[in-house]
Amino acid sequence: MASETPLLKRLLGVDQRVFWALGLVLLVAPVFTVESYRLFQLTLAAIYAIAILGLNIITGYNGQISLGHGAFYAVGAYVAAIMMDKMGLPYWSTLPAAAVICGLVGFGIGFPALRLGGLYLALTTFSLAVAVPQLLKYKGIEQWTGGVQGVLVFKPDAPFGLPLSSDQYMYLFTLAMAVLVFVLVRNLMASRIGRAIMAIRDHGLAAEAMGMDIARLKTNTFAVSAMITGLAGALSAIAVEFVSPDSFSVNLSITLFVGMVVGGVASIIGPVFGGLFVVFVPNLAEEISKAAPGVIYGFILILFLFVLPGGVAGLLRRLVARLLR
Amino acid sequence: MLNRRTLLAASGALLAAPRLSQAADLTGVTADEIKIGNVMPYSGPASAYGVIGKLEQAYFKAINDAGGFQGRKLNFITYDDGYSPPKTVEQTRRLVEQDKVSFVFNSLGTPTQSAVHRYMQQRKVPHLFLATGADKWADPQNFPWTIGWQPSYRTEAQIYAKAMLEQKPNAKMALLYQNDDFGKDYLAGVRDVLGARFDTMVKAVSHEVTDATIDSQVVQLHSLGCDVLLTATTPKFAAQTIRKVFDIGWRPALHFITNVSISVAAVMNPAGAEKGVGIITSAYLKDPTDPAWANDTGMKEWRDWMKAHMPDANQDDGNYVYSYGVCKTIMQVLTQCNGDFSRENVMKQATSLNRVANPSLINGITVSTSGTNYHPIKQMQLAKWDGRTFARFGNIIEGAG
Amino acid sequence: MNGFIHQVIAGIATGGIYASVALALVMIYQATHHVNFAQGEMATFSTYIALTLVQAGLPFWVAFFATVGVSFCLGVLIERVLMRPMAHATVLTHVGLFIGLVLVVSNLTGWVFDYTVKPFPTPFHDGPLLGGLVTGHELGSTAVTLVVLGLVYVFFRYTRLGLAMRAAAYNPASARLVGVRVGWMLALGWGLAAGIGAIAGIMVAPVVFLEPNMMLGILLYAFAGALLGGIDNPGGAVVGGFAVGVIENLGGTYIVGTELKLTMALVIIIGVLLVKPAGLFGRVVLSRV
Repeated sequence: MASETPLLKRLLGVDQRVFWALGLVLLVAPVFTVESYRLFQLTLAAIYAIAILGLNIITGYNGQISLGHGAFYAVGAYVAAIMMDKMGLPYWSTLPAAAVICGLVGFGIGFPALRLGGLYLALTTFSLAVAVPQLLKYKGIEQWTGGVQGVLVFKPDAPFGLPLSSDQYMYLFTLAMAVLVFVLVRNLMASRIGRAIMAIRDHGLAAEAMGMDIARLKTNTFAVSAMITGLAGALSAIAVEFVSPDSFSVNLSITLFVGMVVGGVASIIGPVFGGLFVVFVPNLAEEISKAAPGVIYGFILILFLFVLPGGVAGLLRRLVARLLR
Repeated sequence: MLNRRTLLAASGALLAAPRLSQAADLTGVTADEIKIGNVMPYSGPASAYGVIGKLEQAYFKAINDAGGFQGRKLNFITYDDGYSPPKTVEQTRRLVEQDKVSFVFNSLGTPTQSAVHRYMQQRKVPHLFLATGADKWADPQNFPWTIGWQPSYRTEAQIYAKAMLEQKPNAKMALLYQNDDFGKDYLAGVRDVLGARFDTMVKAVSHEVTDATIDSQVVQLHSLGCDVLLTATTPKFAAQTIRKVFDIGWRPALHFITNVSISVAAVMNPAGAEKGVGIITSAYLKDPTDPAWANDTGMKEWRDWMKAHMPDANQDDGNYVYSYGVCKTIMQVLTQCNGDFSRENVMKQATSLNRVANPSLINGITVSTSGTNYHPIKQMQLAKWDGRTFARFGNIIEGAG
Repeated sequence: MNGFIHQVIAGIATGGIYASVALALVMIYQATHHVNFAQGEMATFSTYIALTLVQAGLPFWVAFFATVGVSFCLGVLIERVLMRPMAHATVLTHVGLFIGLVLVVSNLTGWVFDYTVKPFPTPFHDGPLLGGLVTGHELGSTAVTLVVLGLVYVFFRYTRLGLAMRAAAYNPASARLVGVRVGWMLALGWGLAAGIGAIAGIMVAPVVFLEPNMMLGILLYAFAGALLGGIDNPGGAVVGGFAVGVIENLGGTYIVGTELKLTMALVIIIGVLLVKPAGLFGRVVLSRV
């Protein structure tokens, strides 16, 4: 045991690049090893992971409970769908647009909502999530949103004549976006701003006493969080090739929240497991019982939280800590 | 973007025409089984319809237990999509790409099936008898691989609008609709008939499925002085409407109600049987709780089947009658295939049904399709609630679609 | 003008539904400082129990009290089995548990009792009054809500047990020091909330009809009512529930149209909270560093 520990320490310390390379290979490998339906599932998991990461910033790191992040996901998805279908713009151009618009929407909602805080914020955002479908089908914007019928879009083909199917390309594209977002968020959280964000969660009054502009920081954090979840929404519209009000019911917000808790609160790597959980575990539940898959899914979720109250990331943290000791 | 879509649709139509030179697509068919795919909301907001899939599981199991169909096992693979379109895409792709089913049968929901509508054309997989009443499934030119089953809501609404014009040409109609694809089809159907007069003749008010009650809407419509009411909502809200309309003393000259919500046990009796007297609907299915069908041959067949294969199921639930009827139709298609279960032939036979009778349908209404007619059921019959049963009157009406 | 008055009356009638559920929400908040998202589903499940008892031939009020008793026990059981072992987990994990509970209870209800819409009997005069704007049942159920409110008020205000429960929820550590058995107080809170939820369900079902998703929309409006009135004030929650019913109807009819009824109700509530974050009748909580 004693001889093994330094080895791991050395591996982690010196050759971090090896880990990164290994991880990347692991992420890209499915393109060539699994069939396109599985690839589609993994694409969805990656998209959910991004969305959950967005939620984790405000809820996990900043401590403001949002049960309504499905709303930003929906806005992002509709921005992408409308830009592609009604304006004929290319798919990649929708991502920055969705991020900016969701950031602004997040700012607009965050400004009043964050004054509420705690339980009130949770319930207000939950209500927002419930109201999303009816806002999306409102007749005033029907010519853009397609009302209850929704909007159909086309998945892009691989560019530059790359020998990839559109599923393979979509997976790689999503993966690239995910890696980019995860690295950015990791750096953000390691920075001074990141520490401030966490300080507000842990010692709000103390942080304020130290001269932080809490309201502004909270609102900005909310906007960044909305931005990332909105980006995921845009990716989902492109991957699924369809948006409609029913795609963004309150269950979506709940799904994101479940993914966050299961993956691990206030963790960068946690959302990856969260994304995998929300895509694959419902299917698993269905395998167990066709009669009432919802009951089984609920049981699995409760059991999971019992066994791993800190989520998968919490477990990993403990394992690593033990190995490094 | 539009160009690309039309192009795609056109090429889809071109490819859909069976070409003899090409080998038939026998995916999902082996010497001893046929794989049939299906996606249902077993969980989520539309779980009430999950019973449709449950009957189908029992139905194919019963056939397999009795030795299968023409020596083949019918392997019915059904997945849950929780009524969420992205999940529908995932599950449908799983059926087509991983399980490699021969065809997809009776998947449920308008928004959910819209999400895979184009995909099924691209893959050229028969997308048969969808469990939704939207009008758009009947589009053989652009979507030759997709076909619905039940009469469209829009056609039904047209029937009501015409009946209203016949009986009260100067009526003022109150239209209470559920604010989703289902309810809005009634808006569209009434508009089809009234045209420019819609805005002056109709006062439309919507409700959400999240509303606790529809009292406010009913009171509002009443105060606007409407004398005809069309209720296009799901059973719970329909029952509330019937009761509230009666309680506030509103006696519309005509009250039409969607045939989605005419169950005697789930709508009329909860509302109060006497409160709905005079309500008119246009039905195509038999209601298991309507005493009119107590001794009907078709319903006897259904009851016996239920007793034998789903003894614990609630026989008051009309979804089981629907599901039984649509199962009968797919078996007719498989029989007509005459041993050739290629996707092309399955699609061809599904669109070559000639006045096929069905135990679940009101006597006289049949299932008919052709290469240009993708409306399997387009007949209905008006019926009026007399406090005990829906008494049918007039001839069988052939819908426009 | 007639239409306006009718809308107000219909709003009060619907508001009574929200008020009764809001009361259950406040109850559990007072007793545990949690908002139980599964409250609506649990109430629906209880209502099915009541229906089963009534159909088995029990008189209404016997079934009523039996259901409240059974629900109380189920609430206690859930706290003991589910919440107790997780007492030290974070709030977020608790919300996750509530979501799991929602999934299990709602799907279980549909599975056991099926999804068909069922009528539910009322013990009150079952006919229209005041020209049909109110039914005897709506008046009766409002009276029941007010009685429950009175009992809750007296219980928390004047009984030792009620005081101990509030103390346990408000400051568990100090409560423990003065000899309050905090664990059991929380379990008792869950039991009481489940019982009140069952009463709400039984009173709501004759109006909206019983089906597994019965409480889905209602719960949201009840949240709004509870927030509007102040989540720590039972009386405020009841007033808030009625207010939301009226606001919803008037706004839906005269301002934004029925399509945005829900959204508008939310906007108003958020507006109120911005001006008066503790709700109309809530206490402002000051925290010390």
